[in-house]
Amino acid sequence: MPVLEREDMPRQEPEARRSNFDEVALGYSEEQAVSEAKRCLQCKKPKCVEGCPVEVTIPEFIKLVAEGDFNAASRQIKTMNALPAVCGRVCPQETQCEEKCILGKKGSPVAIGRLERFVSDYERGKGVDTPPAALPSGKKVAVVGSGPAGLTAAADLARMGHYVTVFEALHEAGGVLIYGIPQFRLPKEIVKAEVEYVKKLGVTVLVDSVIGRIETVDELLSEYDAVFLGTGAGLPSFLNIDGENLNGVYSANEFLTRVNLMKAYKFPEYDTPVPKTGASGGKLWKGKKVAVVGGGNVAMDAARCAVRLGASEVTIVYRRGEEELPARAEEIENAKEEGVGFRLLTNPVRIVGDDRNWVTNIECVNMYLCEPDESGRCRPKPLEGTEHKIEVDFVIIAVGTSPNPLVPRTTSGLEVSKWGTVVADDNGATTKKGVYAGGDAVTGAATVISAMGAGKKAARAIDGYLKGN
Amino acid sequence: MPFKILKKEELVPDIHIMDISAPRIARKAQPGQFVMLRINETGERIPLTIADFDREKGSITIIFMAVGKTTMQLASLKAGDELLDFIGPLGIPSEIENYGTVILVGGGVGVAPVFPQARAFKEAGNRVISIIGARSANLLLWEDKMREVSDELYITTDDGTKGHHGFVTDIVKQVLQGNEKVARIIAIGPPVMMRAVAGVTAPFKVKTIVSLNSIMVDGTGMCGACRVLVGNETKFACVDGPEFDAHLVDFTLLMNRLAMYQPEEKAAVSKYKCDREGCRC
Repeated sequence: MPVLEREDMPRQEPEARRSNFDEVALGYSEEQAVSEAKRCLQCKKPKCVEGCPVEVTIPEFIKLVAEGDFNAASRQIKTMNALPAVCGRVCPQETQCEEKCILGKKGSPVAIGRLERFVSDYERGKGVDTPPAALPSGKKVAVVGSGPAGLTAAADLARMGHYVTVFEALHEAGGVLIYGIPQFRLPKEIVKAEVEYVKKLGVTVLVDSVIGRIETVDELLSEYDAVFLGTGAGLPSFLNIDGENLNGVYSANEFLTRVNLMKAYKFPEYDTPVPKTGASGGKLWKGKKVAVVGGGNVAMDAARCAVRLGASEVTIVYRRGEEELPARAEEIENAKEEGVGFRLLTNPVRIVGDDRNWVTNIECVNMYLCEPDESGRCRPKPLEGTEHKIEVDFVIIAVGTSPNPLVPRTTSGLEVSKWGTVVADDNGATTKKGVYAGGDAVTGAATVISAMGAGKKAARAIDGYLKGN
Repeated sequence: MPFKILKKEELVPDIHIMDISAPRIARKAQPGQFVMLRINETGERIPLTIADFDREKGSITIIFMAVGKTTMQLASLKAGDELLDFIGPLGIPSEIENYGTVILVGGGVGVAPVFPQARAFKEAGNRVISIIGARSANLLLWEDKMREVSDELYITTDDGTKGHHGFVTDIVKQVLQGNEKVARIIAIGPPVMMRAVAGVTAPFKVKTIVSLNSIMVDGTGMCGACRVLVGNETKFACVDGPEFDAHLVDFTLLMNRLAMYQPEEKAAVSKYKCDREGCRC
């Protein structure tokens, strides 16, 4: 009989991790991985696989882990998933593969994500194998955007034998994996290693290439046989309230880009600052008070970065209740352990600054939730007479993003919805011949794994298109 | 893919010109657009206007004033050195048509981005009146190049060492009060200068365009660091601009936001100087 208790993963203690950007979750040891892998029942009809958008052959790789053949386990995963070290860390497994695990019915499900992470970390330490690829097809595909959708599509297309070039606007590949998700959840060295792996499959990655400006999609189509748009949803939404342009008010995208991509937490060793830091470096936001508006994973990431910069008070301000927080339960728990405060059912109505244009407080109102409507959601409504102020030095707005319009605006014949998302069918085919799309560019802001799933489907569809099916 | 510096020269004290090899950008660049650059791995991304481009040579010309850590470091580089990242062309190109008579105003280092526009307006058949200014005669940029593409060229210096003793706005006003009908004014320079030009042209109701130099990080519309208020609407200068109708721009907000990082900028400069020159800090 398998043991029902799953192996805990060691983590940095909250007190220690509050002051560094090192990874919080430390990963399994070999012994822990083998022991956890032995819990898997090796189902004949595995449900877990159905829960995985990139179709990892879960019981197969776990069996190899249980046998101690970690290299073979890694090869097994890599036949389906080009970014396992990323997925093992940031997938919401509780609503994907692990939700379907049969062991979860009575006890806790097999820790599939932690095992995937262990295997890929193990392999990265040893040097990476590439799985066999098909013979060269002679076809060329341009992938726009190097986030999870683009990298997955590129890796799969390369393995199908196509010549793939990825165009990335920023100076580093990875999309949200590199600028958005912080170091302490997903170390940048790991993202870089996964990108290197995709390059080893034969993919060319061109950074500093803003499609829509340096070349349009229409121009790409004169050189490439097909185009995949994985341009994400990088345009930040603001609250459209007074005071939003005061100094000290950031979009989460700007704050996270400065901190993660530009390494502002290492200012002045790195040149990009976050303000009010002084010259000394170290605890950059020592004693400052920060409000983060929003309740998703991006809000948790921003809040936890603010804690690590040395802020004395970090508060999540969210207009709905605890139950409605869209962030992963694990990230909410991590944030709470690190001292992040929560003001739920609270909505900012105005941001106020001093005579030097620096933010000093946000005026908020308490909210109440009505009965859910047919869509299952309900609009929170303000409770009159509950206006109050929260004193702050910084405000970070994390209320969502929408697709960047640069590519749609400069591409002829590409249909876009009223939300700015690219219109595409289930296989990623857009209204423009030869152009496919997937990930947040199509769905609006969603998850890393759903973007990867979309990249995989689109790669299959593009392969069919190129072969004339 | 590093980007090679083909040519570098100090034009006037602290203002430097560089030709950068960037064929893909040179193929597409238009007047009014800008680039973002990053010198090295620990560097920040800074925006610089495209001062000129040569499609045949595959090069982009930038002009910058060494005012902070990154521009000082950039000024220390020589021909043959490389920049790690050079991204563009970004922003919306200027609207260039035959409007009739246009006035182009360049203040300080702002003369550089005005030049390709003056040339384009001239080529489009406009009568081009250029007004370029600097603090002092020895800081005046590109007088010859500007003369070549202008029907009339006025020079102003704050200290009277050359041309009109005073500000570019004095000449703008003088021209607008004359008999000639002016269809459009482009003004590029420090925010105080652009605000002053907007103030002078407003009563004459002449369409006035300014190029806003707000703080940028990515330059592609994903963060809003460069947001400005135009006609009471928030716009991102990097994708909606950088050019806007001067009469609708909230210059006070622009200047407040530009000051956001002053202490950090100072700290970075003093650290840079210490690291290079050595000091007891």
